[in-house]
Amino acid sequence: MGYGADPGAVLDIVAEHAARGAVVVKGNHDDAVATPDHDYYNETAAAAIQWTRAALGESHKRFLSSLPLVAHDEHACFVHASAASPARWEYVDSAGAADRSAAAAAKPYTFCGHVHRQVLYGRDARGRMIAFRPHRGVPIPVRASRGWLAVVGSAGQPRDGDPSAAYALADLEAQSITFHRVPYDCAAAARKIRAAGLPEAIAYRVERGV
Amino acid sequence: MGARDVLAGTALDGFSVGECVHEGAMARLYAVSHGATPFPMLMKVPRFGAGESAEMMLAFETEAMILPRLSGPHVPRFVAAGDVSTVPYIVTERIEGSSLDRLLKAPLPADEVARIGAAIADALHAIHSQDVIHLDLKPDNVVMRRDGVAVLVDLALAHHRKLPDLLAQEMRYAAGSAPYISPEQVLGKRSDARSDLFALGVILYELATGKLPFGTPLTLSGLRDRLWMDPAPPRAHVAGMPQWLQEVILRCLEPDAARRYQSAAHVAFDLRNPRQVALTWRATKAGRRRFASQASRWWRARDTYALPRGAKEEPGAAPVIMVAVDTVHPDDPRQPELQRTVRRILSLSGEFRLVCVAVVPAADPGDPAGGRDDPQVEHRIRLRHWLRSLDIEPERVSVHVLEALDAAGALVEFARRNNVDLIVLGAPFSGERALAWWRSVASSVTANAPCSAHVVRVPAATEPV
Repeated sequence: MGYGADPGAVLDIVAEHAARGAVVVKGNHDDAVATPDHDYYNETAAAAIQWTRAALGESHKRFLSSLPLVAHDEHACFVHASAASPARWEYVDSAGAADRSAAAAAKPYTFCGHVHRQVLYGRDARGRMIAFRPHRGVPIPVRASRGWLAVVGSAGQPRDGDPSAAYALADLEAQSITFHRVPYDCAAAARKIRAAGLPEAIAYRVERGV
Repeated sequence: MGARDVLAGTALDGFSVGECVHEGAMARLYAVSHGATPFPMLMKVPRFGAGESAEMMLAFETEAMILPRLSGPHVPRFVAAGDVSTVPYIVTERIEGSSLDRLLKAPLPADEVARIGAAIADALHAIHSQDVIHLDLKPDNVVMRRDGVAVLVDLALAHHRKLPDLLAQEMRYAAGSAPYISPEQVLGKRSDARSDLFALGVILYELATGKLPFGTPLTLSGLRDRLWMDPAPPRAHVAGMPQWLQEVILRCLEPDAARRYQSAAHVAFDLRNPRQVALTWRATKAGRRRFASQASRWWRARDTYALPRGAKEEPGAAPVIMVAVDTVHPDDPRQPELQRTVRRILSLSGEFRLVCVAVVPAADPGDPAGGRDDPQVEHRIRLRHWLRSLDIEPERVSVHVLEALDAAGALVEFARRNNVDLIVLGAPFSGERALAWWRSVASSVTANAPCSAHVVRVPAATEPV
């Protein structure tokens, strides 16, 4: 939400997955769109959120408000920002922040976004969090005994100069995580953003991955 | 005694556990068998218990993580790993051969040292090309197969470039073995493949002289000596040692990784081609530096090593590039194009080894007048002449004249033996494509090369009609 010209279509797909049992958590932009009179963001973001709010129907907004900030299953915690304070949208961009989030999650695996770059944090022998920049497509063994936090990256607006969408696949049975990047037609996405009259900065970032 | 008696003679996850064949400080090794597996196997069981430590667990996890990702004859084949939290073990192929420390009857003659050293360098090159750095290379961790191939065992302290380094913060534990570790490892750096080349230098020194260049330091300050101290040159111990061997050993032992060989393939190459080793001051060095000069190195080392420099960590960053030159036709119009292309390729590599090869027809053994050395010398001179326009430092180049009837076969075999990364050779002229020799060399090399091949063609417009 707040980054593209197709929020309704995207939400339809996400809701369909959610109906089939997918875990979906609320992000800060989702929250802003679903909450009237939200004034937390800068000018560009505020304009995009205004636009998105107008573009979505009531059912979409109800779906967004219904999303939890944090979801747990037996082995993993899913959260948009930090599990330590999900509503404060803290950036997990350091070993210290990763440590706090994983400790609050209290699961072997914590998955998050918010920071738009893929990073895997893992605990060493003394329990300290160590950051690792994953290589694309290389499965990483992640023993549950250790404690891990994966920042899976951003599908729509990665910020490492590569516009391809970022995601990660975790096979917790096999105790393995693989980070991926996949190219998509970001030129078309940027074209639609411009055509919709959304701020130019958003189109530019989608095209360039910055 | 504890676990040894408990395990031997039992079955574990389908493996029949036999006798304990080795009892080390970190782990015990058992001979094991499994119904379906046709080769002998070893089970490594870490010695947790009394001295259990988190670091040992990490080292065990590291090996279990890295071994399955390595392939080829230079590492033991991975079979299975037990769950680290319940029954930790690793089962691998049992290598038929002897560990290098048992073979050591140093000092060995130079050609023996070179043969063993080249085999270890091949093995290092093989794992480095698979993104792995051993970081604990020493004679007990090298097993020589009966066919002379070196196998690197015990990857408990290894580093994989694309996986999280569980041991990154375990500096004291993960530093390797005191006599063999590199200066950068002493400082806690675990991501430089050239660290293994330093350890290889220590092994070569040991094989050639029977002595350790830095002794066996027991303290951290003793370990730090190698950041600035230069060892006694090996020729000071063994008077008759050839200069090329001292050159290779001391280049491996350079405290600054940037001044060492930049690739294990380059070390293997020099050890297999001693006459091609470019001799520098290292080759003739007769004693250690005087104290004052060592002290100034020590002073500089404090800064130099305070922050490890960015190293070339990509495998293949220091390629071996081989160019096939037709020395029989030195004025062939294709030669300048071949030189231009080689120059372009080299400009893309910060560090490289260029190997120029000419193939000449094998001398007729029945011809009494055929002086065997003459064609070799003539063609070597032509190769050196060909190289002149490229203006490359001598230590990065070597020239080789192969005598063979099957030129393509000889080139491919040479490339395979010397870990060549890229072969550059000329394409036949359009008018010559019908001629069997040119066509068979270019196409047979590209079809059979163990690496990439770059075929250079003169643009059509400039070809003679």
